[in-house]
Amino acid sequence: MADAQPILPPMIISPEREGTRPMVQVLHDWIVTVDHKKLGLMYFGYGIIFLVIGGIEAAIMRAQLAVANNHLVSPETFNRLFTMHGTTMIFFAAMPLVFGFANYLVPLMVGARDMAFPRLNAWSFWMSVFGGLILYFSWVGGFGLYGAGSAPDVGWFAYAPLTASSFSVGHSTDYWIIGILVSGFGSIGTALNVLTTTFCLRCPGMTLRRMPLLVWMNAVTMFLVLVALSPLTAAQVMLLIDRYLGGHFFDTQAGGSAVIWMHFFWIFGHPEVYILVLPAFAIVSEVIPVFSRKPIFGYNIMVAATVAIGFISLSVWAHHMFTIGMTSYANAFFVASTSAISVPTGIKIFNWIGTMWGGKIRYSVAMLFCVAFLCQFLIAGLTGIMLAAAPFDWQLGNSYFVVAHFHYVILGGIVMAIFAGVYYWYPKVTGKMLSETLGKWHFWLFVIGFHLTFDFMHIPGLLGMPRRIYTYDASRGWEIWNLIVSIGVIFQILGIVFLVLDLIWSYFKGAPAGNDPWDAWTLEWNTTSPPPDYNFAEIPVVLSRRPLWDLKHPEDPDWKYE
Amino acid sequence: MLAAFLLTSSGLLLAQPAGPSPIPSIFDPHSTPAHDIYHLSLFVLSICATIFLVVFSLIVYAAFKYRHRPSDDDCEPPQIYGSNQVELAWTVIPILIVVVLFLASARVIHAVEDAQFPPDAIQVTATGHQFWWEFEYPKYGFVTANELHVPVSANGQSLPIHIMLLSADTDHSFWVPQLAGKTDLIPNRRNETWIEPHEVGIYVGQCAQYCGTQHAKMLLSVVVQSPEDFQRWVQEQKAPAVMSPQVAEGRRVFETNACMNCHTITGTIANGRFGPDLTHLMSRKTIASGAAPNDEQNLRLWVKEPDAIKPGSLMPAMQLNDHDQDALVAYLMSLQ
Repeated sequence: MADAQPILPPMIISPEREGTRPMVQVLHDWIVTVDHKKLGLMYFGYGIIFLVIGGIEAAIMRAQLAVANNHLVSPETFNRLFTMHGTTMIFFAAMPLVFGFANYLVPLMVGARDMAFPRLNAWSFWMSVFGGLILYFSWVGGFGLYGAGSAPDVGWFAYAPLTASSFSVGHSTDYWIIGILVSGFGSIGTALNVLTTTFCLRCPGMTLRRMPLLVWMNAVTMFLVLVALSPLTAAQVMLLIDRYLGGHFFDTQAGGSAVIWMHFFWIFGHPEVYILVLPAFAIVSEVIPVFSRKPIFGYNIMVAATVAIGFISLSVWAHHMFTIGMTSYANAFFVASTSAISVPTGIKIFNWIGTMWGGKIRYSVAMLFCVAFLCQFLIAGLTGIMLAAAPFDWQLGNSYFVVAHFHYVILGGIVMAIFAGVYYWYPKVTGKMLSETLGKWHFWLFVIGFHLTFDFMHIPGLLGMPRRIYTYDASRGWEIWNLIVSIGVIFQILGIVFLVLDLIWSYFKGAPAGNDPWDAWTLEWNTTSPPPDYNFAEIPVVLSRRPLWDLKHPEDPDWKYE
Repeated sequence: MLAAFLLTSSGLLLAQPAGPSPIPSIFDPHSTPAHDIYHLSLFVLSICATIFLVVFSLIVYAAFKYRHRPSDDDCEPPQIYGSNQVELAWTVIPILIVVVLFLASARVIHAVEDAQFPPDAIQVTATGHQFWWEFEYPKYGFVTANELHVPVSANGQSLPIHIMLLSADTDHSFWVPQLAGKTDLIPNRRNETWIEPHEVGIYVGQCAQYCGTQHAKMLLSVVVQSPEDFQRWVQEQKAPAVMSPQVAEGRRVFETNACMNCHTITGTIANGRFGPDLTHLMSRKTIASGAAPNDEQNLRLWVKEPDAIKPGSLMPAMQLNDHDQDALVAYLMSLQ
């Protein structure tokens, strides 16, 4: 093996841009496509659209809460806004965004030409789209008791018995149920597809221990999707039976159980957090090594920690239910399992620091977002430890402290990692570099806004402010903190404006990227930017985790050390 | 951010001399279970703050020290793939921390959840309604709403109050941060919590589980009194409603309109349970579950147009003519 070399075929010249075809034909191509890259991009675009819609809903809520006793929106509207904000951001913004990355990158990184089931892939995407459309149709087509045209107002967690037909009159809750049910089918299809691709379509030489961490982490994510979405789907069907066929699963007025719904929901709901955060870890685990110019520190233990998180995350759900009066033994168990998950998560943070340690870190915008991710995810994890201590949670649970905590996870962690991924892979997807200047404006505005909003949001929680209230009295002393929180939103909106500007401007005016602008090491950089439909003219053969490193450094290849 | 935590907590501790603060801070405990949680929370906070300082410094150090400098040559840094010793260290140390946190939490869980009560402890049954609180004192045989009165435990005397939590409709959560952590009120389920306040005063809290349109104004307060004042209040509440002949007209309005379907006034035919018991309405400082002060003007508005005070509440606008309205308000004002 002394003179072994990975077999990486020469790169193909990018085909001419097909700008001359009529618009309708281009559009038709996108709608009927089964190409994983186009579907990945559509997932991404769909996620961004809903991210903006969910953001607008959040901004209206923050305007309402900026001062005490505000009358900007009615309580009914406010309740609809937080229900739709939560549902949208989880199911129709965050999930499509991370699925978009998985769709685009997993086949490229394992050296495959497409997903295992391209048609299933297209079906999954369109199911997700229909789910989102059904949910949003409720703003115009749903009707409730009062004020016709109503979105659901039961919270994204839709606790029974508020969803029972006696409390939720009209169809708004049905739009919620069916929208999520339909998009859930799509998610399960994607999970099957990514898993099959990962396990059956890897190129020659790519053993499981040579698989890029992004692929590993997405595989564990997809296992979780399969396991966690099923109880949610079952619960949605049971709720429909309650509402339309006279079932009494959750109908407390007829002897049903509100607590059973909580169990169903959170046995989905907590793994869901990891379904979103593992793909974020995946992005960070690819970006930090390339910009630190070092391989990931402790690859094996990173994989082990990912699998451990996957398993432990299935046993922690009832920490969302510390206040429902479980026995002391049950509470103690969920304290133990929840705290335990901080161990593999901590290992990951240390390994990312270990990767940076001794490197030569290049601060492109992608890397800046990774460093922000590390700091913010650290804080999110620590507030998570506070919430895992059940008695502390009896005070913090359902207060603004929790809201701050999980926005730290989702916005400070997951979305920051997604931004890093956008800056890192945009050159591959479009063939153009993003503007670093606009990117830095985006970064600083967004980070400042994030900290103004979510650092200060912890404080009203500690001062006893519960979630999901549309107004509060000035005597409670929460007003100044809420005002600062709301001001932060303005900075975040400006940051997003710069991101969108950058995405559009660079597409037309950006510097050409070339095939491998970051001097990176995984297979997607060994094809053209953007990659051809078939990804690779010849299927590559790899010998290590970093095939392009081996190619660029034949004197010191990775496979000697792995 | 952690600095902000500490500032807030210490600021509140220093700024509040005596008596409960109107700000329901969890770092301002005045009752046994809240104290237990407070001590645990300081312990957990200090561990988390330490971890934060260590790891944050590592991130900042690595990010700064190992940045690419223009003076650097172009060759790649040494390629390090990992180290089992280091990995072992940062696996074992967190495990030890987790064990400590678990033990500390388990201790407080046991102390609060498995507490035993003397047989003569004061019992209260709290029932959550959309969007108000019903408080029943089974031993004394009366019902009140929204303002829970309890005796103080002071001067070596321990008077824990054992609260049974029920719900008449949807989920609610009983949360008075200065007295105890929150516990949910769930239909078809009996939950319980307890408090043992150490200082006389009024403690504010509110429903902490989304329960429908007016979740935000499902406020509550706990009035902690000296044992003597508490007994005096109990005697007043046990008495039947005042029957004053001057307000007989208002009583007639009450008993011949829908009011009596939902409200109880002991000693009259009104025995509805859907809305708050009004027998001693004027002994309460607020109406509509803390949404407005209990005075003549607000009572009139509440009967006439409840949405002006609490839009979405289940109290209907009573559509009375001016004469009946005046008589009814006069009657309500007489229910001392």
